[in-house]
Amino acid sequence: MPDAPGLELIRGEIEQDHPGAVLDTSFDRDQPTLVVDPAQILAVLTWLRDAPGQGYRFLSSLHAADYLPASPRFAVHYELLNRDRVERLRVKAMLADPGEDALPQIDSCVELFPTAEFQEREVYDFFGIVFKGHPDMTRILMPEDYVGWPQRRDFPIGGEPVTFTYNERNYG
Amino acid sequence: MRDRQLRARDMLRGDLEGEELERYVEEKVVTTNFEKLLNWGRANSCFPLTFGLACCAIEAPIAIVGSPRYDLARFGAEALRASPRQADLIILSGRVSIKMAPVVRRLYDQMLEPKWAISMGACSSSGGMFSNYAVVQGADKFMPIDLHIPGCPPRPEAVLYGFTKLQRKIMGNPDQGWRQRYNAAGTEEWARGGPRSEPSPEAAEAYEAARELIRA
Repeated sequence: MPDAPGLELIRGEIEQDHPGAVLDTSFDRDQPTLVVDPAQILAVLTWLRDAPGQGYRFLSSLHAADYLPASPRFAVHYELLNRDRVERLRVKAMLADPGEDALPQIDSCVELFPTAEFQEREVYDFFGIVFKGHPDMTRILMPEDYVGWPQRRDFPIGGEPVTFTYNERNYG
Repeated sequence: MRDRQLRARDMLRGDLEGEELERYVEEKVVTTNFEKLLNWGRANSCFPLTFGLACCAIEAPIAIVGSPRYDLARFGAEALRASPRQADLIILSGRVSIKMAPVVRRLYDQMLEPKWAISMGACSSSGGMFSNYAVVQGADKFMPIDLHIPGCPPRPEAVLYGFTKLQRKIMGNPDQGWRQRYNAAGTEEWARGGPRSEPSPEAAEAYEAARELIRA
């Protein structure tokens, strides 16, 4: 892992090539995180992959999160791994909610990391985050005709209430 | 045992006569009707579909219940069929997601009559712990289920007990009226006759109506 000063060094080097790309850093429980401007996410990922001395060539996971009361609301997380030094780095892009009718958008990184193809589809499936430039932006796990983005925090959880006799007797 | 062997030898040689021969025949011959014999055969030679949905499939005939320790072969159901055309028992082993439900229903529809379905475990019976947007809350919402086995997962003994229950159901009256309950009258591919499996009047009426529709 890059330690906290190492993370600041990385931030500084990115700032030289792409001013304003890194919005924030955090170092929590030995986990270094770069919070990145979503408009420059591809530039930062490319830099981390190709810049000499970095070599974060392995995308071990791509996922999203919904921090509903917070704003900006969505985050796409890129878990990068340097396989030579076994160092992990999390890159996080915060996306604002564009409202009821529109979907948040971010650039697809399939060109950089082919493994991201299915994972970006999964994020789209559950959070409704559109990855621009993705070759096949369709649902992957839910049925094709499903309506809604089920992992969003304001999505009803579904299922059926079960009327157990215990609940009936005590609360019914 | 030796005594019986000697008696069988005497019978074959034609040495048994009179009362001894009567007793021998009484011991050796069972009378029944064809319907009972057929159902006895069906119950003791079930062909489960090689099919698993989720974690209950680890317990299902494929792995544990079919293994030598529990040995489903004792009940004649060890021959798993990989095609629904050849199977007559489908065991829903695990939660059915709403994306999988049409597939399961199609598999069930492809099986030939007579066919049976076991819903194994809490998830396929009621949704279990997955009370959410992705899982069907009970597989009997979209297909008829003959038997529910509770548990998460059910013990292999529970599965065997459920299977022997199903065998009794097959040998007794195989048509337990689920077609009326599930509004599926008329979906039979052939009618069962015989004194033990006489259909109820409304079932017979629905069956006749369906036949009329097919002929028309």
